[in-house]
Amino acid sequence: MATTRLSSLLGQRRNGQGRPLHWTDVAAYVYLALGVVLMFGPVLWLVMSSFKTESALLEFPPSALPFAQVEVTVPGQPQKLPLFRVTLPDGTVRQLAQVRRIGLVAQMVDPANPSQQFRVAIDKREPVRHIALATENYSEPLQRFAFLRFLSNSVFVTLVATLITLLINSMAAYGLAVYQFPGKQVATIAVIGTLMIPMTIILVPVYLVVTELGLTNSLWAVILPGAATPTGVFLLRQYMLTLPKDLIEAARMDKASEWQIYWRIVMPLTLPALAVLAIFSIMWRWNEFLWPLAVLTKTEVYTLQIALNAFQGELQTQWHYLLAMTVVTLIPVALVFVFLQRFITTGIGSTGMK
Amino acid sequence: MSDIPSATRPQRGLANGALAWLGGVAVLPVGGALRLLDPPMRGMQRVIGARRMAYVFLLPNFVFFGLFVFLPIGINVVFSLTGGTALFPSQRPYVGAEQFTYLFDCGSYLDPASCREDHFWRGVANTVKFIVFQVTAMVLFSLVTALVLNKKIRGRGFFRAVYFFPVLLSPVVVALIWKWILQRDGLLNAAITTLGGQKILFFVDPSWAMFWAVFVSVWAHMGFYTLILLAGLQAIPADLYEAAEMDATPRWRVLIRITLPLLWPNMIVVIVLALIKGAQTFDEVFVLTGGGPGTATLMVVQYIYETAFSSQVQNFGLAAAASVVLGVVLFVLTLLQFAAARRKEV
Repeated sequence: MATTRLSSLLGQRRNGQGRPLHWTDVAAYVYLALGVVLMFGPVLWLVMSSFKTESALLEFPPSALPFAQVEVTVPGQPQKLPLFRVTLPDGTVRQLAQVRRIGLVAQMVDPANPSQQFRVAIDKREPVRHIALATENYSEPLQRFAFLRFLSNSVFVTLVATLITLLINSMAAYGLAVYQFPGKQVATIAVIGTLMIPMTIILVPVYLVVTELGLTNSLWAVILPGAATPTGVFLLRQYMLTLPKDLIEAARMDKASEWQIYWRIVMPLTLPALAVLAIFSIMWRWNEFLWPLAVLTKTEVYTLQIALNAFQGELQTQWHYLLAMTVVTLIPVALVFVFLQRFITTGIGSTGMK
Repeated sequence: MSDIPSATRPQRGLANGALAWLGGVAVLPVGGALRLLDPPMRGMQRVIGARRMAYVFLLPNFVFFGLFVFLPIGINVVFSLTGGTALFPSQRPYVGAEQFTYLFDCGSYLDPASCREDHFWRGVANTVKFIVFQVTAMVLFSLVTALVLNKKIRGRGFFRAVYFFPVLLSPVVVALIWKWILQRDGLLNAAITTLGGQKILFFVDPSWAMFWAVFVSVWAHMGFYTLILLAGLQAIPADLYEAAEMDATPRWRVLIRITLPLLWPNMIVVIVLALIKGAQTFDEVFVLTGGGPGTATLMVVQYIYETAFSSQVQNFGLAAAASVVLGVVLFVLTLLQFAAARRKEV
């Protein structure tokens, strides 16, 4: 079915010119198919792995789907016992539960008839498995680590920082777009100048400023330094420049104050550009790493990204929690992408900003 | 500023609705605060006049710029010219260019082991190596992908999205996704052993570690550069292609004579942007390899971070000096970017 569809797809003649399919078209589809596997595959693998139990994750080679061993309750046994398919010396195959394992020999019991015990070499048994989603990978970190704390820290930083960015950037953009004043040139150049100063090269002095302000180990230390973005100012200013000047003049005639013109007339008209900036800001803040890593040293103020990084260092063996937490970190981004994909890609294509 | 849109047009359909909604949600709480600010602002306007209100509008943003960008540049220089371990500049003794001479004290710049501050030079060497491979691979793959996506293929939007979505993932998530695949008992080693090979400890072998650092970084950011090139490809006038088709020009000739020359300005932008980002490489590689094995994937930014924040003696002066060096490099690259952007406009 898939192959017939593919061949009809590939054999299709295009442009209405009846030109046959060129080999480059075939190569293009092959390239794209490989691309889908290489780009989506790793994320899919992460999500599937995150639903595996701790023991299933240790399996090698790994299975594709999240399997878990069947466990049964056997009368007379305090705990649930793992179920195995056992080949007995006489060649019969039976399902037995394992009571304990001593070296290379397992002591097993028939769940239907608990009095009957077997001693089985461990290479003669195979686990009985069923597909099971290990949702405890997701629920347990909530209790065992301050996972909700990290999540709420990240949400707080993202939302508050985005609101501040929208407000101060739009005010500056309005000032630069609407007025003629001495020093306008200098202000514009100063904004361009800040475009050239990434956080990576002023890490130490910003740390000093934040310390002087008494903000170390508070979320405000993460929020404030990046709140004024040069890209945001430019984006909004360019958009505001396209608004008709008459509108503002008319409002002035009607005795509207400058502040009212800003927030009642210009801001609503700038909504599309504000939304672009909001999306970018949310992305920047949710994913921010180097600066929070430098300035947040107490676990209570960790954002998700910093917590994940700390966990992957500490809990080398606890991949089952780490994978689940990674998936949670990825969800907001995935949602934004699914709903606004087309919009973001066209936006980046035409602005060249990220 | 050619990389800023002349106007960002509202999109159609779903995106438009979602946008309006998102914008509405974002502006609603701010809207309330803005209304409250009206009386004081009106008073201000009465005092200073309508025209000078421009300064009031610029003030908050510039206070932030001043505090967190302009002031730090100055402090950075102060830090790099003073010594000791204190954070506050007044407690730091002036040492002149000592931090820089220490940083640059090398027997041979080609051999990090001959330097007094060998970690910095290993960082420089690794970053240069990383940039050479990463930028080459990035430009190559994003060019091929953009050329493929520019063809009249079915499901173009879908494929574009496929290549683009890793751009939005956080560096930590990207690194963990690949770390999980590349670990000793991971998916890749499973594939290798199924095919009859031996397990490879990717993060123990310096060359493999560097390879995967480059690979993962290309995987994560390729979509961004692809989009820039795609926009460039779509801006090439269609009549050029039509004319070529009339003349029955072979496809490879069209590619070499029309497409690539006309795309060249965008290629320069992509190359320079990739260089600027590459020089600042830190997060993905840091989470993926931790700079290891040993110092095989230690980058300059990681050196700065560790010197200032995570080593036992916090050497702010040395870190600041290294930042100044990095800053100069980035400044030169940014000038290149502006030059490239200007050429694009002409």
